[in-house]
Amino acid sequence: MTQIPAPTFEWLELAPVLVVLVAACVGILLEALLRRESRFLAQIVVAEVGLLAALVFAVANWREGRIGSLAMGSVSLDGPAYLSWTALLVFGLLALSVFAERNLNDGASSFVASAASIPGSRHEREASAAGHEHSEVFPLALFSLAGMMVFTASGDLLTMFVALEVMSLPLYLLSGLARQRRLLSHESALKYFLLGSFASAFFLFGMALLYGYAGSFDIAALNQAVSAPLLGRGFLYAGMGLLAVGLLFKIGVVPFQSWVPDVYTGAPTPVTGFMAICTKLAALVGLARVFFVALGGERWTWQPVLAVLAVLTMAVGVVLALTQTDIKRLLAYSAISHAGFLLTAVVGAYQEVGSGQVNSFGAIAFYLIAYGFSTIAAFAVVTMVRNESGEATRLSDWAGLAKRNPWLASAFAVLLLSFAGIPLTGGFIGKWAVFASAWAGGFEWLAITGVAFSLVAAYFYLKVIVAMFFLEPAEGVEVGRASAFTIAPIAVGVAATVYLGLFPGPVMDLIAAAQVFAR
Amino acid sequence: MTLETLTPVAASGLFSLAWLMIAVPLAMAALLLLAGKAFDSFGHWLAVLASTFSFVVALILFVQLLSADEASRAVSAPMFTWIATQTWTVEAGLLIDPLSILFALLITGVGSLIHLYSVGYMAHDERRRRFFAYLNFFVAAMLLLVLADNYLVLFVGWEGVGLASYLLIGFWQHKPSAAAAAKKAFVMNRVGDLGLTMAVFTMLAALKTSSFAEVNAKIAGVDPAWVTAIGFFLLLAACGKSAQVPLQAWLLDAMEGPTPVSALIHAATMVTAGVYLVVRSHAVYALAPAAQTAVVIVGLVTLFAGAWIGCAKDDIKKVLAGSTMSQIGYMILAAGIGPAGYAFAIFHLLTHGFFKANMFLGAGSVMHAMDDDVNMRHFGALRKALPITFVTFGMGYLAIIGFPGFAGYFSKDSIIEAAFHANAVIGVAAMLGAGVTGFYMTRLMLMTWFGQERWPDGVHPHESPAVMTVPLIVLAVFSVGIGAVLNGWIQEWLAPAVDAAAGEAEWIPSLTGLLTLVVVIAGVALAWYLFGKNAVPAQVPESTNPFTLAGRNDLYGDAVNNALVVRPTMAAADSVHANDLWIIDRGADGLANGLRKLSQVGRRLQSGRVRSYALIMMAGVVLLGALVIVSLLG
Repeated sequence: MTQIPAPTFEWLELAPVLVVLVAACVGILLEALLRRESRFLAQIVVAEVGLLAALVFAVANWREGRIGSLAMGSVSLDGPAYLSWTALLVFGLLALSVFAERNLNDGASSFVASAASIPGSRHEREASAAGHEHSEVFPLALFSLAGMMVFTASGDLLTMFVALEVMSLPLYLLSGLARQRRLLSHESALKYFLLGSFASAFFLFGMALLYGYAGSFDIAALNQAVSAPLLGRGFLYAGMGLLAVGLLFKIGVVPFQSWVPDVYTGAPTPVTGFMAICTKLAALVGLARVFFVALGGERWTWQPVLAVLAVLTMAVGVVLALTQTDIKRLLAYSAISHAGFLLTAVVGAYQEVGSGQVNSFGAIAFYLIAYGFSTIAAFAVVTMVRNESGEATRLSDWAGLAKRNPWLASAFAVLLLSFAGIPLTGGFIGKWAVFASAWAGGFEWLAITGVAFSLVAAYFYLKVIVAMFFLEPAEGVEVGRASAFTIAPIAVGVAATVYLGLFPGPVMDLIAAAQVFAR
Repeated sequence: MTLETLTPVAASGLFSLAWLMIAVPLAMAALLLLAGKAFDSFGHWLAVLASTFSFVVALILFVQLLSADEASRAVSAPMFTWIATQTWTVEAGLLIDPLSILFALLITGVGSLIHLYSVGYMAHDERRRRFFAYLNFFVAAMLLLVLADNYLVLFVGWEGVGLASYLLIGFWQHKPSAAAAAKKAFVMNRVGDLGLTMAVFTMLAALKTSSFAEVNAKIAGVDPAWVTAIGFFLLLAACGKSAQVPLQAWLLDAMEGPTPVSALIHAATMVTAGVYLVVRSHAVYALAPAAQTAVVIVGLVTLFAGAWIGCAKDDIKKVLAGSTMSQIGYMILAAGIGPAGYAFAIFHLLTHGFFKANMFLGAGSVMHAMDDDVNMRHFGALRKALPITFVTFGMGYLAIIGFPGFAGYFSKDSIIEAAFHANAVIGVAAMLGAGVTGFYMTRLMLMTWFGQERWPDGVHPHESPAVMTVPLIVLAVFSVGIGAVLNGWIQEWLAPAVDAAAGEAEWIPSLTGLLTLVVVIAGVALAWYLFGKNAVPAQVPESTNPFTLAGRNDLYGDAVNNALVVRPTMAAADSVHANDLWIIDRGADGLANGLRKLSQVGRRLQSGRVRSYALIMMAGVVLLGALVIVSLLG
């Protein structure tokens, strides 16, 4: 009679995730226990303190060098996991700070007063008038963040799938909670949910086929099975392709990008900022873990496939961004093009580096860190430019912004220059790093294609800068008086963007020391 | 000849303050430029003070060097590490040795006198403060040029004097001709600057250093081809700054600047920087015979080209400018002869600095009297109207033609003598040049000071104020005496710095000297026959003589430059512009329009319908599967 071994659980090592989950649960309890008017503030405190505590745990564990396979192999805590956790927690702190802004909307947040009410109904008006708010957005975001953290550190595909769902479901909800343009928001949430479920199904199917091939969900076991010349590799290839669909969908790679423009536009802008970086970061780290570690032995098969998709993604993102007239939609297409640029480094899959240099994953990590600071700040800026119906997102509304508020326009210009990859910004170093690793990995043509597309991309970023600085101010548009909840993330984002452009060394060193996946 | 040169000793005491020579005029220039109108009434006197201060410092250091024993007559005063790389380091420092201190004395001495003279000359110019700021800046840059202890720091001074020259030639920028002349000087000097930068690059590449001491020490161990290349690059630099053929065309136009500028920059100091550079690089030329020969040829050609132009011009300043070219040709020639000629090159440079500055300032005094007219055909018989200027100018004249006992006699005859020792052909050519010098200078004297009055109506010549005549008198005294004073001594003084051993000119002329004297007298007599005996026409006589026409047209230097450089460059620029307009722009616009159209078509796929999105995804899965299969097959 075999004994079932008692499950082991490394509490201290997993503390960062646990703290975030506990904070989310506390938030849910507060919803039930606290009076309505004190909830919002309490949620902010719990969320930010929870994230800060998790960050402290993560950094402390990292410095102690606590790595290894945890929770009976479900979690693989290694350098990339620590990098992702730290980045996710920092970005979570900044993004949730933007969630908390209530000055721009006459004392209300960006979130709807009553999500269940029919748009334009009496119920909605009453809820608004009564000052109701969905302060559940904070626990929802925390749950999502915890899912992302587990996703980046998954030791097996099953954990990965669960984490994928944990991070996605709250995002579907959050997307539908916009205070203004609610129909658009609802529509985007539904689209996100339907397409996301569709993609998850592919992921699950791929997982099943890979299990069929390897007999295990374990990433390390998959690695061994792929390296061993087993028969019946059809399962492997089919599973690899289908699994990729689920991951590429989250990153927003063409042809699985259709949801991105609609959801980015429809979701409340703070949520867009949150998911634009955090989802992308989690999904890319997950992709890298699966393809570099589990499927690394098959790189000759998947590299050309992803290379084609990278070109398609850059092309679609850049070309379609050229004719956008809405700033949020423009940033959405910009996000698609960035997914393409990032994918070039995945394709490069370049590992042989000397000490102190970054490999492909290191390049991706730096790119994501630079892009994350810029993205959160950029969407925070978007929340501040307003007309009487809320956020003024048409590009024509942004004309002459520099004359109304030179500080904000300059900050946004810096962020756009970073998106465009202009030197002295973090975006430039990031682009340089990913293209360099694509080049080093033997995909010179892909690096050159990437450079060409980033040249074209500069056009639409510069178009916005020209509009802000050289056109007459648009009528009826003003810059809202935001509180520190919005100003601080913008300031941090701009400062980090410039810092990473001028002094990439320290962060590069940090990444170079932690960029190798556990196998 | 041995290749021993002095090893500089570390600076101590006053020598460590040598940088003040440069810093004070530089700071004064900045102060005058920034101070604004408040300094208009007295700023020029501050500039005179700053220049005089540098002169005093130079004088004190000179006395200190005199009293030092011969082995410690080169003092290095390091300032700071300028550039440090893994393979080479550039230390910015000053080198005070027998050669550089003579230059410092000439620059600050003549410079201070010209500052003083300018107080009178520029009295009525409303931008006087700016003029003096530029003059101070020039003094600082020129001192940096000659005091630098390595080529890269020298280059900073080199560029500084170029800038000062540009600003001062174009000082009367309201005149299009002055602006054009300034631009021309700047552009042509850039060609020379290219030579210097290339020389420095080559040194850094081949020797890993640009300091004089280390270059001298290491140059023998370098591939001769590199040494020759450095020699030619330095010669190109010298040609640009010293207006030697083929980069001579800017100097005549540079006379558009105020006359004190012509005297200081375009006669006495800056234009002799090329001579300094060649002499300073003696170690390079000692190992590069081809480059050395080229130096001699350039010197000879310029000697005659300048003299030729001097013979044909009616503009008094341009005659003097041609003469300057010619005299610098002598110096370059001497420097090209090698160790036997270095000391004489510097000797002639110093005497020329005094007598040519004297004559330029004299010409300025004449112009002052003649309402800024420069055409000698409008002068004549001015000796009575401007007696002091006449006498001082006369001293300069006697000095330049080499009248026995005057400054030029010692320095120029020494060069001719050395040329004969080197090669008979060069010697004969140098001697003939002296004859031509006698000719054109006599022509200038006769047309300006003698003959009958040809003054335009309403012009009443008068002697200049004391602030202008005192510098003239001082310079005249030097024009007379400096040659005799320095003769013999300077050869010894410079020997350790330039690795030279040279004889001295005798009071009693040698055979060569006598012959030279005969040639000069012939030149003077011919000029007297042509311009003294007969009346000088007030209008330019028609001439079909091709030599005269060529001389009047600056030997067609502009035409040559236009045909060889300017027109091809303009044509290239035009074609690049056309290419930009018709191919690049069209291409870029076309690409942009194409992408925009593609974008408009592509947007239709984003229909907003979730069912078509799902369909696209499904198509994507099929595509991905196809790609995997293709990848497996491929």
